[in-house]
Formats: sequence, C-alpha cells, structure tokens
Amino acid sequence: MLVLAALLLGPLAACAPEDGSGVQSQKMAAIQSRGKLICGVEGTLPGFSFVEPDGRYSGLDVDVCKAVAAALLGDASKVEYRNLNSSERFAALASGEVDLLSRNTTETLSRDAAGGNGLSFAPTVFYDGQGVMVPVASGIKGLKDLAGKPICVESGTTTELNLADRMRELNVAYTPLKFQTSDQTYAAYLGARCVAVTSDRSQLAGKRSSFPNADAHALLPEVMSKEPLSPASVNSDPAWADALRWSIYALMQAEEWGLTQANVDAKLSEAKANPNLADLRRFLGVEGDFGKQLGLPSDFAFKAIKAVGNYGEMFDRNVGPASKLKLERGINRQWKEGGLIYAPPFR
Amino acid sequence: MGNSLTGDLPPGFLQRSKDWLRRELFASRVDGLLSLVLIGLILAALFGLLRWALLQANWAVIQLNSTLLCIGRYPIEHQWRLWLLTFLLAATAGASWGLLRSCRRADRPGLLWPRNDRIAAAVLLAVCLITPPALGLSLAVAGRWLAIAGLLLAMRWLLGRLGRRLGADAIKWFALVWPVTYLLGMVLIGGGFGLTPVASAEWGGLMLTLLQASFAILLCFPLGVMLALGRRSNYPLLRWGSVIYIEFIRGAPLITLLFLGQNILGFLLPGGLAPERVWRAAWVLTIFAAAYLAEAVRSGLAAIPNGQMEAARSLGLSTAQGLQHVVLPQALRVALPVMVGQFISLLQDTTLLSLIGLMELLGTARTVMANPDFLGHYGEVYLTLALLFWCCCAALGLGSRALERRLDPHHLPNL
Repeated sequence: MLVLAALLLGPLAACAPEDGSGVQSQKMAAIQSRGKLICGVEGTLPGFSFVEPDGRYSGLDVDVCKAVAAALLGDASKVEYRNLNSSERFAALASGEVDLLSRNTTETLSRDAAGGNGLSFAPTVFYDGQGVMVPVASGIKGLKDLAGKPICVESGTTTELNLADRMRELNVAYTPLKFQTSDQTYAAYLGARCVAVTSDRSQLAGKRSSFPNADAHALLPEVMSKEPLSPASVNSDPAWADALRWSIYALMQAEEWGLTQANVDAKLSEAKANPNLADLRRFLGVEGDFGKQLGLPSDFAFKAIKAVGNYGEMFDRNVGPASKLKLERGINRQWKEGGLIYAPPFR
Repeated sequence: MGNSLTGDLPPGFLQRSKDWLRRELFASRVDGLLSLVLIGLILAALFGLLRWALLQANWAVIQLNSTLLCIGRYPIEHQWRLWLLTFLLAATAGASWGLLRSCRRADRPGLLWPRNDRIAAAVLLAVCLITPPALGLSLAVAGRWLAIAGLLLAMRWLLGRLGRRLGADAIKWFALVWPVTYLLGMVLIGGGFGLTPVASAEWGGLMLTLLQASFAILLCFPLGVMLALGRRSNYPLLRWGSVIYIEFIRGAPLITLLFLGQNILGFLLPGGLAPERVWRAAWVLTIFAAAYLAEAVRSGLAAIPNGQMEAARSLGLSTAQGLQHVVLPQALRVALPVMVGQFISLLQDTTLLSLIGLMELLGTARTVMANPDFLGHYGEVYLTLALLFWCCCAALGLGSRALERRLDPHHLPNL
C-alpha cells in the first residue's frame, strides 16, 4: 500500500514547487512514511549479525543498519531486520523487500553494473580477505615458512584456488589437504593433521574463538584475496544511495576527528559555542546544509554517531581485539595509520 | 535397600523377569552373545553421551537463550499473551484428554493408549518439574509452567468425571472448541481486536515452528481430501486439474517452492500487497503438503471396494452422502497412519524455513550459535533441537495411535 501510495504521489511531488530539500527519493519517502528501515542481514554470522539472548540484533552489519536508521529517522531502533541467505539477497533488494542490504556482500563489478545485479554499493565497512591460521607454537610467521608443510583447505572453493595461485607466485611447494566441509577442515587442523588452515580471515577468527584454546592460534599477516564487504542499495534510487554512502562516511570521518559515542554531545556543544570550528559545525549540522542536500535531517551525522559510535568503536565492539573474534584492525585502519578507511571531505 | 525394593514387588516378579530374560535374550548361545554385545554397545553409547552432557557440555547457551528458542524475538511486553495462550491450550488439551478417556465407545471399550495413560500424565508432570530448574528459569516462570501442567491434569480429571455424565455426544461438541481456541490463539499472537499488533517478523522459535506446522496440517487436510476426490472424479476438468496440481507439486522440491514463494511473489505483486514472509511460507507448506496428502487419501479410497458405494447408492443415499457417511470414513481410517507420517514429516520440513531466513526453531538456533559468546556449542544446541522435535513428533505419533485404536473396527472388546 505504501509503495502504491508512493507511486501515485511521486509524480505529484515532482510537480510541486521546490520545497527546499530538493531531493527526490521514492525509497527515502517510503521509509519515512513507514517509519522504519527494512534492513537485510545474514543473521547467523559471528560478529556481523546475530541475535542476543534478549532478542536484540547485534553485530557490525547490524550497526550499519542502526546508524542509517538513526541518520534518516533519528532513531536507531526503528529497523526491521530480514534474515536473507546468499541466493535471495539480491532478489530481495531488487523487489524492494528490503531497503538496504547489510549482509557482508563482496563488492564486485558484476554486482555493481547496471547490466549485472544493478546494485549501488556504499563504502566498504570491512575489508575481508583470505587468510591463514597457524598454531602459535609452530613458529610460522609468513606464507614462506609453510614450504613443504600440509595445509588444510575446503575443496571446491575459491579459497583452494587462491591458495594455489599465491603459493605458485611465491614459488612455495606445499601439500593441500582437502576436505568436503568446513567442520571437517577445522577438525583436521585441530587434530594436527596440517600446520595451517586457510579461509576468509573473519571466518578463521570466528572459528578460532570457538576453539578450546583460542590464544594458541594466530592469523598470518598476509591477505591472499580481496573481499571488500559493503552495504548496498538499488541502482535506481541515486539519492538514497548517496544518503547511505554519506551516513557511513560520517562514521569514518568521526573516527578521524576523534568523535566518539561518549564525547559527541560535548563536541556538539563545543561546536555550537565556537563559530571558528567550521568543519565540525558543518559536519554536525550546526551550520550549512549537508543534511538537506542529501535529503537527510541536518543532524544526521550526530544521530548516527550517537547511536553506534564511530567506525573504530563499531569495529572494536563487534569484531576487534576486545571482542571474542579478536580481529586486528589491519587494513581496516584509518588511512592516516596506513589503512584503507578513508572518508572523502565533508564539504 | 535391595530387600526393601524387592519387598515391594509382587511375589514372583523376580522369577518372571528371569524367565523373560532367559526366553527373550539368552535363549541360545548365539542369542546370548548377541545380547551381550548389543547391551555393551548401548551402554557404551549411553555412557559417552551422559559423560559429555554432564561433564563437557556447557548448557549456558540453552539456559540463557531458552526464551529466544521458545518464542524468538517476540516483544517482552506482550509475552503475557503467549502465556495466556499456553494456559488455554493446556486447558483444551486436558479437557480433550479427559473426555476421550471417559467416553469410551460402546462397542470398543479399549483404553486410549495400550498402557494406562497415567504414565503419560506422570511423565508430563515430571518434565514440568525437572525442566525449569535445569534451565535455570526464575521461580515465577517455573511456577507458571507447573501451573500449566497442573491445569492440564486438572482438566483431564474434571472432564474425565464429567464426561461419563455428558455422554458420547460431548466429544463431537468439544471438537468445535479446538478451532475456536486456534483462532483465539492467532489473535493473541498476532494482535488485533484491541490488542497491539505484533509483526509476524518478530515471531520465532518453537512457537513459529508449531504455528507453521499446525497451520499447514489443518489446511492441507481438507485440500488434500478434495484433491484426492477430484483425481477420482469422472468430470475431466476436475480430474485433470487435480492430476496437474498433484504432479506439479510433487515434481518440485519443497525448498524450490519456498524460494519461489519468497522471491517471485515480491516481483509479481506490487510491494506491500504480497502477504508477509511468514504467511507466504505457511501457504507454500500447505500447498506442498496437500499434494502428498491427496495421494495418501487416494490410496485409502482405492482400498475401499466399489461395492460400498454401490450399496450406499442402493440404500437411496446420494453420491455425496455415500462419500460422506460410507466411503470417506473408511478410506480416511485406512490412510490415517500414512497421513500422520505426512504430518510428522511436515513438522520437520518447517526447518527448511531457516534457509529462507525465517526464525523458526532451527533459524533461531543458528543465530544463537553465531553469537560470539556461544561459538562452538553446536552439540548442546542441536541436541536440544533434536529433543524438542522428538517430543513434538512423539506427541503426534501417540495421538494418532490412540485415534487408530479408537477407530479400529477389529479391536473389539474381549468377548
């Protein structure tokens, strides 16, 4: 019904005189009139999306949904989560069942292209990649140390092919031990049938935290493949895609400027009091019209940070060293520290 | 201890046990050897399981997530509605149990279950006494479960007494209470009629599993019977229509149909017009189960000789009356074991809904296992799931066997 109403009212709204916002987005209008954001998540992914015992959704992907809901609707709790499996996620987005896909989806050309899945990707929130886990006691520090050693790998996966390619490049001979399922693979690794096991780094970290002696295993620093996990929306609504993109950039910018969930209130009053803090005043919506240009409330960045904290806080809480997953920031550091997290200027 | 134990037993019990053992398990050397090996294997497996369950397993994952596993993300402020529903269901079930016990059919005074159903009542009470402390539930919640079990047993006792006075017609009338309870339950769960609506996206856990299964079982039965009759009809459009429906549905795996329902409907109908995901899945399950049920009913119909219908017609009954009073009752009785088999597999098929992202029992369990706090506790969670499913299926099986005994024309009183 809402969409029907939006379809009927859309052209009328287009004819109406400029109401100041100047942003036309059916999706955003639909979300606002519905009063909640429908967010597609995986639902069963350690650290990224799962349900707490009290029924609340939690995880890095979930925090993205919350931040966007806070930016657009001013309330991080106004999210309806849909668990989607990998085969239905794009169909659910295309058919409008979900407004936003925050379901650790790797950004690729064919998924982005209008002739492919026709998605519009928001900034990458987690740069995953294939990694290798070894027992700390083995003394292995890099891929080259694996020469002549058996490595456990799931057969028939891109993981297996990536490993072969990388080891051939490095000219390192090794013995692949292939298994049908991931359970078998990790059982063999724990049974010391191989000295290393390879998979996506986030998965390795998740598995490691379920090991009886998690600290005895370490991930090698090398990353063998590119898996930029990014939220996505549909291609057909560029204004919505922009709002999404800059809501996420706001979280990254906040970390760069040292704004946190705890101090953002103080920073806001500081910005209000001091007219010389031009960047901060524009960012937090004290002056300028960033929000209006995006079709968002002027304090969207403040609301998003207030809801979930900055990008670094989000990372640490869900997957970082303080969490059970114990993932290092690695390439997910800020650009100033040599990482890939980089928000374009808020101007 | 041993003396006091044996002292309470009827005389000759030990001797009879010994005789039984000798006769059944140790009749010959081969039998004896086989018995020893099998008993040893069973004990070893049991010992291993117990050692794991009591010493190695960490049951906190079940204790902390028991609410999630039961009702999913159902809002906490509306949980009283589910408690009320459970009380209602317990009262209705207890009343039915009591009525069925007391109103034995005149021609078949056999008991509901082969053994005295007091055992079932005792088991129920024991489960309600042991489970809450084992799950670490609060006293208030444990008390509620005990009250529910007490209500069920009280209704069983009360209606057992009243039933004899009310007569056999009471059962027919009481059968109408179930649909009313069911509809009331739907309102309690979903809201409406003055209650705050709770979106179906927030239903989950065992509640959603039972809701999906019961919805599909209730609706697929009439649909299946109509399809079976349609397939045997002389009217070609009806016959072909039924054949095409049954063969098409049986030719596609359930998971394919579920995906079709979830993903294609969104494209076919404008957004918002398609029913909620939960209901789409429930309808797909119903449509799927009806095709299989139709074949079960057809096998029942085929087992009834043509003479039955001819006799009914010659008595002046119309075809519809003949079907209703003569053929269908016999056919459904023949098909009953197969139909119950379908229902049990339908209950288990609901686990497929977790693959389309619904939070039924398995879906909830998977999200629980993804919580970094409980990673790696697969054994505990899956064992609990298996137990829950076993209880539901065992209840269905017991009920159907009781029904079979009640309907069995050959189970006549000992003359």
